[in-house]
Amino acid sequence: MTDWPILSTVTFLPLVGVFFILLIRGDERQIAANSRHVALWTSVVTFALSIVLIADFDTTTAEFQFVEFVPWLPEHNIGYHLGVDGISIFFLILTTFLIPLCILASWEAIATRVREFMIAFLVMETLIVGVFCSLDFVMFYIFFEGQLIPMFLIIGIWGGARRVYSAFKFFLYTLVGSVLFLLAILFMYLDAGTTDIPMLLVHEFAPAIQTWLWLALFASFAVKLPMWPFHTWLPDAHVEAPTAGSVILAGILLKMGGYGFLRFSLPMLPEASAFFVPFIYSLSVVAIIYTSLVALMQQDMKKLIAYSSVAHMGIVTIGIFTFTGQGIEGGIIQMLSHGIVSAALFLCVGVVYDRTHTREIADYGGLVHRMPMYAFVLMVFTLAAIGLPGTSGFVGEFMVLVGAFQSNTWVAMLALTGVILGAAYMLWLYRRVIFGDLTKENLKSITDLNWREVGIFAPLVSLALVLGLYPEPFLDVLHVSVENLIAQTNGAPGLPIAETESVPVPTLAALN
Amino acid sequence: MLYYAAPIFLPLFGAVIAGLFGRVIGARGAQLVTCGAMGVAAVMAIVVFTEVVLQGETATIVLFDWFASGDLDVDWLLRFDELTGVMVFVVCVVSFLIHVYSIGYMAHDPHVPRFFAYLSLFTFFMLALVSADNFLQMFFGWEGVGLVSYLLIGFWYKRPSANAAAIKAFIVNRVGDFGFALGILAIFLMFDTVSFDAVFSGAPGMVDAEVTFLGHSFDFLEVACILLFVGAMGKSAQFLLHTWLPDAMEGPTPVSALIHAATMVTAGVFMVARLSPIFEYAPIALSVVTFFGATTAIFAATIAITQNDIKRVIAYSTCSQLGYMFFACGVSAYGAGIFHLTTHAFFKALLFLGAGAVIHAMSDEQDMRKMGGIWRMIPVTYVLMWIGNLALAGIFPFSGFFSKDIILESAFASHTGLGMYAFGLGILAAFLTAFYSWRLLFLTFHGKPRADERVMAHVHEAPPVMWVPLVGLAIGAVVIGYLMLPMVATDIDFWGTSILVLPIHNALEEAHHVDFWVKALPMAVGVLGIGGAFLFYVLKPELPGQLATRARPVYLFLLNKWYFDELYDILFVRSAKYLGRNLWRQGDGAVIDGIGPDGIAAATLSVARRAVRLQSGYVYHYAFAMLLGLAAIVTWYLIAGR
Repeated sequence: MTDWPILSTVTFLPLVGVFFILLIRGDERQIAANSRHVALWTSVVTFALSIVLIADFDTTTAEFQFVEFVPWLPEHNIGYHLGVDGISIFFLILTTFLIPLCILASWEAIATRVREFMIAFLVMETLIVGVFCSLDFVMFYIFFEGQLIPMFLIIGIWGGARRVYSAFKFFLYTLVGSVLFLLAILFMYLDAGTTDIPMLLVHEFAPAIQTWLWLALFASFAVKLPMWPFHTWLPDAHVEAPTAGSVILAGILLKMGGYGFLRFSLPMLPEASAFFVPFIYSLSVVAIIYTSLVALMQQDMKKLIAYSSVAHMGIVTIGIFTFTGQGIEGGIIQMLSHGIVSAALFLCVGVVYDRTHTREIADYGGLVHRMPMYAFVLMVFTLAAIGLPGTSGFVGEFMVLVGAFQSNTWVAMLALTGVILGAAYMLWLYRRVIFGDLTKENLKSITDLNWREVGIFAPLVSLALVLGLYPEPFLDVLHVSVENLIAQTNGAPGLPIAETESVPVPTLAALN
Repeated sequence: MLYYAAPIFLPLFGAVIAGLFGRVIGARGAQLVTCGAMGVAAVMAIVVFTEVVLQGETATIVLFDWFASGDLDVDWLLRFDELTGVMVFVVCVVSFLIHVYSIGYMAHDPHVPRFFAYLSLFTFFMLALVSADNFLQMFFGWEGVGLVSYLLIGFWYKRPSANAAAIKAFIVNRVGDFGFALGILAIFLMFDTVSFDAVFSGAPGMVDAEVTFLGHSFDFLEVACILLFVGAMGKSAQFLLHTWLPDAMEGPTPVSALIHAATMVTAGVFMVARLSPIFEYAPIALSVVTFFGATTAIFAATIAITQNDIKRVIAYSTCSQLGYMFFACGVSAYGAGIFHLTTHAFFKALLFLGAGAVIHAMSDEQDMRKMGGIWRMIPVTYVLMWIGNLALAGIFPFSGFFSKDIILESAFASHTGLGMYAFGLGILAAFLTAFYSWRLLFLTFHGKPRADERVMAHVHEAPPVMWVPLVGLAIGAVVIGYLMLPMVATDIDFWGTSILVLPIHNALEEAHHVDFWVKALPMAVGVLGIGGAFLFYVLKPELPGQLATRARPVYLFLLNKWYFDELYDILFVRSAKYLGRNLWRQGDGAVIDGIGPDGIAAATLSVARRAVRLQSGYVYHYAFAMLLGLAAIVTWYLIAGR
């Protein structure tokens, strides 16, 4: 490993692309074409660089790697501090992986203000990558909240009919969380005298303070994730957002909530986290059943997938708050899987939306007659969303359930009902869109996937299968960091988790 | 031993080639590739059967890691023991014959490559299921066969009914999987592993272990086994979770034969036999298995006697026969259950494919009320159907005789209350089995032709590519019962260590020593059933109608399949939709948005509107407000400032 600041490069490279896009001159058409190319190549190079990260990643240590530190406000212990560990690196790569696909998906779909769209996207990439590798709370907060702005613009400018309502709803919801988050950061700074995350990770907050800090962080992460009942912005935002916006929203932005719990709530506030386990379990279980039932009745494809995302995130929060290795790793794998699968599902909706300009399920039917390749791709992701063994959806879900079953059988059982409902709403959607007779006039001339679209889906399909059949390499990267995380939470007294973790079989049998 | 894996991966190879390159290689190419691969697999399966089962050369083949986290360590492994050997043999041979048959049956379908790809893919998943070495890999095969079953039931995706049936099959199976998954979780919680060998060897030490499930303390093994059995009930269409199987007949007939008769639906029975080392220590769970098996056996048989769709009659018959296999396992006669599974695979596939040949001959008519009088026109099919039915009804020396007899004798010999319950209902169901089988034969082939002339003029024997595989199955239906008798013999250790039976559960052993009347009764009631059908449908064809009017409520109850579909529709489908709609409109719309963002936005607006009204523009309004303010300040100063 050289001293080259590779994390900073990955983070800020997209801004270089922005700079070049701003330099483009010419007529409207030329600007559009060139912006697309610059954006695509910038994001592809960024992705390639992030692959270097994982190649050089050391899976034997839980320490932050590729660390960069520059004092910024040394007298206040605030610095420019970057680094990744086994937990954050996958979110970073997921981001750099999805952005080129999003730009490809917007190639023809975005026809107005292309330059601005591409700029918004690249800026967003920088901000999201920044979120996942910041090791300073101030920086984290700037990135975390900063990405609201490009997203707000993407929904508000390139969105559908009710885009303004949705954009504001999205913005306001998240902002309420942010305010409390900021308060929490201020308080932590005053208490610990630093905003450096590695230092805060070892700082012990008094139990009484932990509860309030935890709630403040929760407000922000629960909205982001989103957890029931803070989810109602999501269906609206998805429906109105352009395809690429939905992909980023579902694929990455939602994961920030989960990442926040993993990076801050659990290790910094272990006692409060343990205290709130029943609360999180209840909200998660309600989310799974409630949103699955709601998804069943949706008439809009994007809304259906949006509601299913809330259910899937319910699985994630259960996993994270089991405090077990399987649960947390399962939660992370589930987030990665969802990042791939839900992104792909929104891209699938985008494919037919580009052709027919409707998202109503009732406007489709019998697509398999004209689009066999599309039918195949959608089938793969439908199955992955259902969590069929052999697809990415299964591994994470199962590991979470293993963790949950150890801590609370009710939670595991109720979460499992989502498995039944999930199959119901996804297969019903598939049937209404793909199967049946092709009777709608405008569908009779619809064309199958073109090469650009095949190029988008091919890596997603392979990833969904690889993650399902051979997730070992991914888990290898996670193990040490997750163990470290669990050790950090176990450092706190009064955690009920320690016993369930390491009980050998005979003792349990003897106990009874 | 690496070549053991060949029969498992050859079908996958065929499926991938036919599925991905179907358009390139065309219908003929897809048929050649899949049938060729399947043919080799069948030959290899016989080799595996010989080596593993007959010579006892069991093996485990390690493929690669799946996933690991903490104690949870799951690998991809192939386990070849006696039980797997038998299953691989049955699956590959039957699947190969059905592949060949499908060449003729699906000849006019525009989607031949897709069909063959699915058929081979199914075979692969089924083989993965039976060769699994841990619970999760079994679950992988389990869900895989469910998926392909879904795809094949909905193969004719233009039909709304086929799509509905496909989803129903998947969802009902998911309900079963719900139990299966919980069972696996419970197993892992207590054993810290999901590998079969480790769990099996640890089971005796868990006999009195308790587990807290849903806030109550239960006997661990009982709970785990019952949960796992719920999965088996779903896949094997047992009472309460049976509703998907008859509807699954929407799929092409070869699919019904392969998936919904010979192999997939028997996965539940296989599971119980495979897990015998745990079930043996869970007497209550075994009672549950016996109860549901026996209940299904009689329940499905009563429905079968009233159905008019030829495939549905056979479907309910399958359901009923699966019940037999389960209660055999329930009384610890696992060998007998798998024995019946084997014979049933041959004769039931034969019956389905024979029915397919009839449907083919009758221009795609499935209603037996519109058939009749065709036996002279399709004599080969007619004879084959006779063989299949003789085997099903358990008439000596056809294969069903051996397997059904030993099951009923085991139930009798178990000397438990539930064993007698199973024996009684099993005998009754045996009578009904013979009755509906010959009802089917008489209605389909005998009497006056009830089809219109156009159809009758077109009735023709199936082409050789269809009836030759049927002859293969028919040979199986005749001889396999005798050949496989060692499966239930007491002096031969056929199963090795693959099936565990505790010495106290010696029903199978005792079955060989029951009184003569017990041995003779199953066949006697079979002959009686045939006689009854002869009376009802040949001698006095007006009798069934009279009986149906006389006992109309009973008839309607049976014709409508005990009203399970209607009940489930109200209980689950409609209530889920009702809840979904209301949670969306009321919960999300009125409550969360109403109080949350929309409510706050509205409140802010209304406050702002009122605030706006304060700015009236009249100076005296402002002066008055100032005066009030001044007064307030002064008052406060006077009171609080002192």
